[in-house]
Amino acid sequence: MSTNLLEMNHIKKQFDGLQVLKDVSIHVEEGEVLSIIGPSGSGKSTLLRCATLLTRIDGGEISYMGKKAIWTENGKVCMPSKNEIKDIQSYFGLVFQNFNLFPHFTVMKNITDAPIHVQKRNKDEVYKEARELLAKMGLSDKEDAYPYQLSGGQCQRVAIARALALNPKILFFDEPTSALDPELTGEVLRVIRSLADLHITMVIVTHEMNFAKDISDRVIFMDKGVIAVEGTPSEVFSSSNARMKEFLGKFHQGEK
Amino acid sequence: MSFQVMLQQLTTGFGSTLVIFFLTLLFSLPLGMVVYFGRVSRFKPLSWIVKAYISIMRGTPLMLQLLLWYFGPFYLWGMNIGGYKFTAIILGCSLNYAAYFAEIYRSGIESIPVGQYEAAQLLGYNKSQTFFKIVLPQVVKIVLPSVTNEVITLVKDTSLVYSVSYIEMFALAKQIAAAQTTVLPFVIAGVFYYVFNFVVAWVMEWLEKKMNYYR
Repeated sequence: MSTNLLEMNHIKKQFDGLQVLKDVSIHVEEGEVLSIIGPSGSGKSTLLRCATLLTRIDGGEISYMGKKAIWTENGKVCMPSKNEIKDIQSYFGLVFQNFNLFPHFTVMKNITDAPIHVQKRNKDEVYKEARELLAKMGLSDKEDAYPYQLSGGQCQRVAIARALALNPKILFFDEPTSALDPELTGEVLRVIRSLADLHITMVIVTHEMNFAKDISDRVIFMDKGVIAVEGTPSEVFSSSNARMKEFLGKFHQGEK
Repeated sequence: MSFQVMLQQLTTGFGSTLVIFFLTLLFSLPLGMVVYFGRVSRFKPLSWIVKAYISIMRGTPLMLQLLLWYFGPFYLWGMNIGGYKFTAIILGCSLNYAAYFAEIYRSGIESIPVGQYEAAQLLGYNKSQTFFKIVLPQVVKIVLPSVTNEVITLVKDTSLVYSVSYIEMFALAKQIAAAQTTVLPFVIAGVFYYVFNFVVAWVMEWLEKKMNYYR
């Protein structure tokens, strides 16, 4: 059996007594695209924040490529040494709902600064790769622009390029189109789709049902802090789970 | 005394004013950052002490603080009062202004969205890189108008050192006015303060414009 790229086992997380994640386990294989859907407050974003170590879990364990990133021992949360964490952190990237670009950096600097100053890679090489990424994002003419000069969709594409520039093994998306109007959503989804075609491992929390159906190898439907349904897109979207049906019903209603 | 002589004397006094102004800025601007870090330290006793320090510095008159720095060492340890006057002035002004700057920095740093830190963490920046590359440049832009206010106040506050009989422009103006029974020295001093603050405001506005390359 090959090791999973990401493994999250029995993850528990509560905020002020509210159990947001109740024993959630997911695993992601290399090259896989996993979408996580579900109503607001179901815990999907929290799961992503736990996976990216932005939020500390209360229980369970997370490992990347077989290396433990965080785990619990006798109810205590443990993490490996700083260097190991740094190493593990380089395995994943995250695209935020509201981009979180650095406003005082140009598009180019947003993308190249971390590869140059964190990964200490060769400057010319990083710039060359960044230009290729920008071309892929359809933003070749925006190299010297500042984030405030871009539309939301363009910002999100820069954010995707910024995450990709560090060559992560897995890329997380936290509702990447939720802050965008429908017109701009399309351009971002197209970019993510092109990444799926390149077999880049991705975990996507999204409210775009058709997109999730199309692009994913596997879909997880979360509800009230647990995984309610899991399977291939066709399995999940035709599931007889009552909550799933209700959720999809509301979604289709909204579509009409 | 002719107008020209008066002007000459006050110009010399203005030199002393400038020295106090620039030295106070030189020390208080970075010291404010140190005070800020103490203020937000996770080591509670330190943060309490620094909070008390800020509270006292802001809650009592600068003139009173200057008098304490000046007379304190003399009455407490019998130090030679003439020997450290200038040091006492720069110390008093710097410590006072550092407290204000610390609070200005704090307001700026706290207004940086949490997402900036999260993005930096995800990109692998360490703590000092995050602070110096991501946070601080944005803070400078945010706090610039408040800092301008303080700097302008400092120009005028330099006049308080007359209370420890340090001779700079304001003290001179008082002396001349008393000796010559005329208000002219005050008018001249006022023009000096105003013109200098005009320049300060102009420089700060130029800096603000320079920071406007992003929003």
